[in-house]
Amino acid sequence: MTNAIKSKFFGLVIPLIAIGFGFLAGAVIMLVSGNNPIDGYVALFQGVFGDAYYFGETLQRMTPLIFSGLAVAFAFRTGLLNIGVEGQLIVGWFTSVFVGITVEAPMAIHLPLSLLAGALAGALWGFVPGLLKARFQVHEVIVTIMMNYIAMHVVNHFIRNFMLESGQRTAFIHNSSSLSSDYLAALTNFSRLHWGFLIAIGACVLMWFLLWKTKKGFELRSVGYNQHASSYAGMNVNLNIILSMSVSGAFAGIGGAMLGLGTYNYANILPSFTNYGFDGIAVALLGASSSVGIFLSAFLFGGLKEGANNMQGQAGVAPELVEIIIALIIFFVASSYLIRWIYSRLQSSKKEGK
Amino acid sequence: MDQFLLILYTIVPAALIAATPLLLTALGGLFSERSGIVNIGLEGLMVMGAFAGIVGTLYFESVGLGAASPWLGIIVAIVLGAIFSLFHAVASITLKADQIVSGVALNFLAVGLTVFIVREVFERGQTDTISARIFRTNVPILSDIPIIGPMFFSRIFATTYIAFILAVIVWYVVFKTPFGLRLRSVGEHPMAADTMGIKVNRMRYIGVMLSGAFGGMGGAVYAITTAGNFAGGTIVGQGFMALAALIFGKWHPLGAMGAAIFFGFAQALSISAQQIPGLANVPQVYMLILPYVLTILALAGFVGKAEGPKALSQPYEKGSR
Repeated sequence: MTNAIKSKFFGLVIPLIAIGFGFLAGAVIMLVSGNNPIDGYVALFQGVFGDAYYFGETLQRMTPLIFSGLAVAFAFRTGLLNIGVEGQLIVGWFTSVFVGITVEAPMAIHLPLSLLAGALAGALWGFVPGLLKARFQVHEVIVTIMMNYIAMHVVNHFIRNFMLESGQRTAFIHNSSSLSSDYLAALTNFSRLHWGFLIAIGACVLMWFLLWKTKKGFELRSVGYNQHASSYAGMNVNLNIILSMSVSGAFAGIGGAMLGLGTYNYANILPSFTNYGFDGIAVALLGASSSVGIFLSAFLFGGLKEGANNMQGQAGVAPELVEIIIALIIFFVASSYLIRWIYSRLQSSKKEGK
Repeated sequence: MDQFLLILYTIVPAALIAATPLLLTALGGLFSERSGIVNIGLEGLMVMGAFAGIVGTLYFESVGLGAASPWLGIIVAIVLGAIFSLFHAVASITLKADQIVSGVALNFLAVGLTVFIVREVFERGQTDTISARIFRTNVPILSDIPIIGPMFFSRIFATTYIAFILAVIVWYVVFKTPFGLRLRSVGEHPMAADTMGIKVNRMRYIGVMLSGAFGGMGGAVYAITTAGNFAGGTIVGQGFMALAALIFGKWHPLGAMGAAIFFGFAQALSISAQQIPGLANVPQVYMLILPYVLTILALAGFVGKAEGPKALSQPYEKGSR
């Protein structure tokens, strides 16, 4: 097998094996904890496909996951690990809601403006670690983790002191900046599915186009492969690092806007992280950082999280089982070395047999 | 002046108590990172420790061990933390997974696994509250020293003293013993260490498992002394703050101790700032984000360059150059 085919082959097989292992482990845990795995998985499956409402909620739930997955993948393509998607998503959520509440304009202006505000806030939150990496060689992972906490505390501070409406949340945004759709809701038995889902599909296409069809995209990927060679070829590595983190943050920021303008139509004080950002790492990893892969894995994880509720209701399995399955899938994808090793052992034993 | 001292008498013990779990966990992270394995999973190890500590204490209580229960609970947490860290060790050392991704997965797994078990066993999202607690104590004689006594030796948990003594022990082990030298050499230049006959992967396994033991202890101490029960939200960010303390302290046990005390102060201040004249008007948010902002500044070199072990995050393959 040539190397190109081999890598294509592994790109497809490893995620599938990892998913299989994850579900298998989930079944074992259900057995050990005295639940029936078949009942559990049937309930999980029904919780995704069993009803138009569930399906609409699944699509709604995967929308921000697509964005956080794209954000992680975009940075990853350029050799950066953006653990800060969570924080970028939180500031994007807040900023888009802020514009949605304070600005009054016709929808054609207001909605794009709110989305843009979310994107810019996320981009700024990605710009800082990008700048520090480029200027001071500070590892982006630690900075982005710290930026997550700063985002959460600062946003909570702003909501608590300036925008608190009732209890723990801000006022609702104006209708002119809302992504909510009566049409989509009616179609899916009044789920919270909103137009953002289509924007997410558009974003998948956009990332593919940016990375694979533009000169800048080539540069970004080239820097991701080999910084030194890219630098020798006359590319500005530092600028690309900053740009990549900012674009990644912008994706995450729009992901937050999906929650603010689509799902909830408000922002609330967060007692802890939303986990959409961290799940984005899983989504990007399982989707092999490709647009199609991210879409599919966002659907898988969105479905798992949505179906978990039904699994608890019908089969009595605690919904955290899904978190365990997701964590194990990440372990298996990250440890693809094991799968490759087994594969190469099988290959060599075949050769010896001949 | 008297009022100022009274404020110090409340804040200093509170800061030391808040610093304790951070310090313990940071010491754990130190073993792992000194051996060359990044450990973003400290948070997950603390979650596991908090869970094991509380469940262990509840169990020992129920079999009638009384005041010894929380201490036995901490031991359970140490053991379980070390075992749980094997996930990270196997993935990142043997299977050469990306250490950061593996650490992130460890955090996910810890929360999922513990809350799942809690829900299955207690049929709700949190455990019962433990009744056998570790109580704050005064140190005999030392607490009678004027000014210093009430600050450092009164109304503090025994676990806090243990943590600070451990910091000194860890310093001695890492910098003054052959084991420490081997551990550090594996983190700086694994190939050279291998040439000298040090088993690189074995040292790294030990490093990661020690991080699990210390992280588990840190989580258990937090849960037993501060929280009193365990739920999904018991440990929120303390593990990452411990990581910050480790970096801020430049991967040195005593540096981490200083950073942990400092972060403890920030926490204690953010809680009791309302009572302190001059600080009452400062928004709480500044105190909350202070540790994180400082860590970023430290990393950027404004507070002095923080440089980690050279081979950090690089898997070691025998024979590679």
